[in-house]
Parts: sequence; C-alpha cells; structure tokens
Amino acid sequence: MSVLVIAEHDGHQLKPGTANAITAAALLGGEITVLVAGLQCAPAAQVVASVAGVSKVLLADAPQYAGFLAENMTALVLSIAKNYTHIVAAATGMGKNFMPRVAALLDVQQISDISSVVSADTFVRPTYAGNVMTTVQSVDSIKVITVRATAFDPAGNAAAAAPIENVAHTADVGISKFEGQELTKSARPELTAARVIVSGGRGMGSAENFKILDPLADKLGAAVGASRAAVDSGFVPNDYQVGQTGKIVAPEMYVAVGISGAIQHLAGMKDSKVIVAINKDAEAPIFSVASYWIVDDLFKVVPDLTTELG
Amino acid sequence: MKVLVTAKRVIDPYVKVRVKSDGTGVETANVKMTINPFCEIAVEQAVRMKEAGIVTEIVVVSVGVAQSQETLRTAMAMGADRGILVESAQEIQPLAVAKILKAIVDKEQPRLVIMGKQAIDDDSNQCGQMLAALLGWPQATHISSVTLAADSAQITREIDGGLEKLTVNLPAVVTADLRLNEPRYVTLPNIMKAKKKPLENIKPEALGVDIAPRLKTLKVQEPSSRSAGVKVADVKELVAKLKNEARVI
Repeated sequence: MSVLVIAEHDGHQLKPGTANAITAAALLGGEITVLVAGLQCAPAAQVVASVAGVSKVLLADAPQYAGFLAENMTALVLSIAKNYTHIVAAATGMGKNFMPRVAALLDVQQISDISSVVSADTFVRPTYAGNVMTTVQSVDSIKVITVRATAFDPAGNAAAAAPIENVAHTADVGISKFEGQELTKSARPELTAARVIVSGGRGMGSAENFKILDPLADKLGAAVGASRAAVDSGFVPNDYQVGQTGKIVAPEMYVAVGISGAIQHLAGMKDSKVIVAINKDAEAPIFSVASYWIVDDLFKVVPDLTTELG
Repeated sequence: MKVLVTAKRVIDPYVKVRVKSDGTGVETANVKMTINPFCEIAVEQAVRMKEAGIVTEIVVVSVGVAQSQETLRTAMAMGADRGILVESAQEIQPLAVAKILKAIVDKEQPRLVIMGKQAIDDDSNQCGQMLAALLGWPQATHISSVTLAADSAQITREIDGGLEKLTVNLPAVVTADLRLNEPRYVTLPNIMKAKKKPLENIKPEALGVDIAPRLKTLKVQEPSSRSAGVKVADVKELVAKLKNEARVI
C-alpha cells in the first residue's frame, strides 16, 4: 500500500482540508507521500514535511501549476500515479476540480467525498445532501479518493521532518490558462477551519442588516457564513455559502441566525458539535438539528447576545 | 456554434429522501422526480447563448431510465432543439456516463459542452471533469460566468476563497454553478412545442461503452441523527448553557 496525497496550499501554508486528508490516508495503511505543486511553493513543502504520518514530500514548483490548473495538475499526477495504490485529496474546490480528471485518465471510478474508511478498498460517503450514507467497495486497481475534511481530524506535527524531493515537471498542456483569482479579503478565520461560525440566512433581510453579525462574530472569534438564500439575495458573496453545494463545515459551534433550515443547508452544517439557532418562526426546520434555540426576533437577540458575551 | 448540454433525472430536491428498508438503495417509487437543478442551469445557459445568436443548435443528452425522456422534454421546453436518451435501467456510474457522453460528443462534434457541476442525488461532482479528460479538452468547473470568443472562452469560476478567472480553448467542457443564471420557467406553449422536437433513443451497447459499475454498493443507511436539543427562553439562558453545559464559550 502506498498513498499519494495532493496538498492544497497558498505557497506558504496548507489550506484547511489537507491535514485531514492525511489522517484519512493514514487509515488506508502504507507509506504516505505528499505532492506539493504550485508556483513558489517550497515553504508549503517545508510545512507539510512536518505533518505526522508523512514519509516523503514531492515538490513541483513551476509556473504551469499556478492556480492548480486542472489540465496541468492532472498531467503531473499522472506522471507519478503508477507508484501508488491510492491517490487522495481533500474534497475542496481544488480536489473536486482535478481529481476526476486524474481518475478518468487512469480509467478509475473516483470515490468522492468519503466520510469514513472501512478498509483499503471500502469507504462510506454521504449522498443526497448527507441524508443517505452509502458504503461502497472499489474494484479498481488504483483508488482515487476525495475526502470530506470535517469527517477526519487534522493530522498533527511530526517529531522529525520528512525528506523533500523535487519531482520532474510536466509540460504546460497549453489548452487553458490561469488568469488570476479575486479572493475575498477577511481578517476572520476561514469557514472550513473556524472553531465557531456565525451564519445568516434570508431572515437577515439585507446586506446592511447582515453586518449585525460582525460584532457577534468578533466576540466569538468566529467565521461568518450564510445560507444559499442569503447569497442569492445578494447579502454576501458566494464563498460564504454553507450547504450541499457550498462549503461543508463542522465547527465546535455553529450559530444559525434567520436561517430556516432547508435540507441543502443542513447538509453543510449538521455535523457541527453545538448548533445554536435563532429564528422567529417556531416551526423552522433548523430547530430539528439545533442543540439550543431561541424563538424570537433576531434583530433583538443578536445585539443582546453580543452584549451578554461581554 | 453547436452546444451539447446534459440533463439528469433526479429526485426532487424538496422531497425527503428515504432509504429502502432492505438497505439496498433509496425509495424512488411514487417519488416526485425532476431535472437536476444544476443541469437546468446548464440548459438555461445554452438557451441564452442561442438567443444571443452565438449558438446555432442545442443538443440535450440524458443517460438513465426510460422516464428520463420527461427530463429531456423539460430541457427542450426550455429551448433545446433535440434530445438524445441513452437508455438503461442499470445503475450507470460517473465514469461510464462520461464514456457514453464522449461517444455522443465524437458523433455530434459540439464546440462546447455545458453540464451541471454535480447531480444532487449522488453528489459525486465528476462527470464534466471526466468527459473533458477523455476528450482531451480543457475544463472549467463551477462556473459563474462564461463569455465565448471564436476559439476560446473567458471563464469565471467559484472557488473556496472567492472567484477565479480562466481562459480555455474551444472545444471545452464547462460545468455550471448556482450563480451562472436563473433558469426560466417553462411555459405551456413551449411544453407543447417540445413534444414535437426530435428525441433519439440509444442503448449504451450501441455506443460500444462498458457500463459495468466499478463501485459495489455494500450498504445504504440513514445517517445517525443528532440528539434532541432544547429551546431556551432568552439570551441569558443560552449563554449559561453554552458556558456550563456545552462548554463552547
């Protein structure tokens, strides 16, 4: 058994999800090699070399891997794929983008978004917005897997750093071009890494009103998220969206404010440890997953709660 | 320019899905079915491109059971010109779907394939990427905007931290995210018109594609449910519970 994990990083640090994917990889058994590809990403390779369970780090530092361009990442992974029994990445935007491309060219049926490792060829994955858990066994010789990060704890630090080797670069495939990113700037923690999340829904009413969540999030050191309804209404940008087709989160505490609780939203947050719901509708489905709830006007509760937290 | 779009028949997103008592799958008998919402966005995008005079023909493809015809008719009522149903009662997994679609693309020769980013039943998020890979075409997944030029497309994609810009050469495969557009409602006259549009029925074997599943489903279960919570009267009680009982603050 030998596992290749593909790291997601910003050049310096690992992005949320990779350390969790390494934990899942460790459950498969065998040696873990981590591939760090990108532009000017040697510092990220240093970081991942110190993660527990990692035997070796492969570094591919070249312009064609900037932005994890799917065509070029696929070419790189395929160039080394034959050395591994399992190829693993977090089921983040990055992993979702190029892993199926890798799988198709290996003639392998990818196993998406696993939430549990039963054995080296058998996995549990959520389907139907997390309402159905399906156990599947792969008959393919190489397993291509994406990992639901919230289902695995992040791997810790190793006592000694693993060696870093340069890997031969593959040529730019030349059929697509990465033109850049516009990242939402925020001093807050990332949604998928936050210990606490404060999320707003349609009940917030407007982009202006949505801002009343900021002081509460500040008090709690929380990330701010949103339901699809809030994003569709233009209160906040797309990358705030928590749910089946947005981000999957499982923080220590999730505070749902003015969110009714459509199944598509619950799919993204119902594994949170403690869920607090604030909604004036006593029948709101969000209460079915809440640990604590208040039936009241959020415009009264949120400022009160912010004050009460001191 | 000819565009190919795909449309999967899925359980309606507002239906509560139930696992069969024998644990082999989910209950689909007498359950409301619909076009996968992301496929609907893909179809809408193609129709808008045709209305803008960029696209000349829209071919919509569905892979699935005989009733997927209804899904194709919905897409044609939205504005697709003709439909192809690759009919099979068997489970067809994403890799096999991609191989089927490749065979159709080889025959139809579209310049662009627009698909939904994921089907809301299986939640795999694979087919578009796999089709692009098998064709050797570029891909752009989770797109929120696309502008076509003669030989390329300018893309905005939704990524975890914001937005990403790409240029892809044509032909290409793109997959639609929620914010690409808001699909139109189909009107009765268009539903009537769609009934007269051509719909071809093919079997996977006729395309020479092996559809044997690579993943064996061993068990299908409902997730463990959360323990029941409590309603609190006010903010003071909530904070006390969070401090003393849940110990999260």
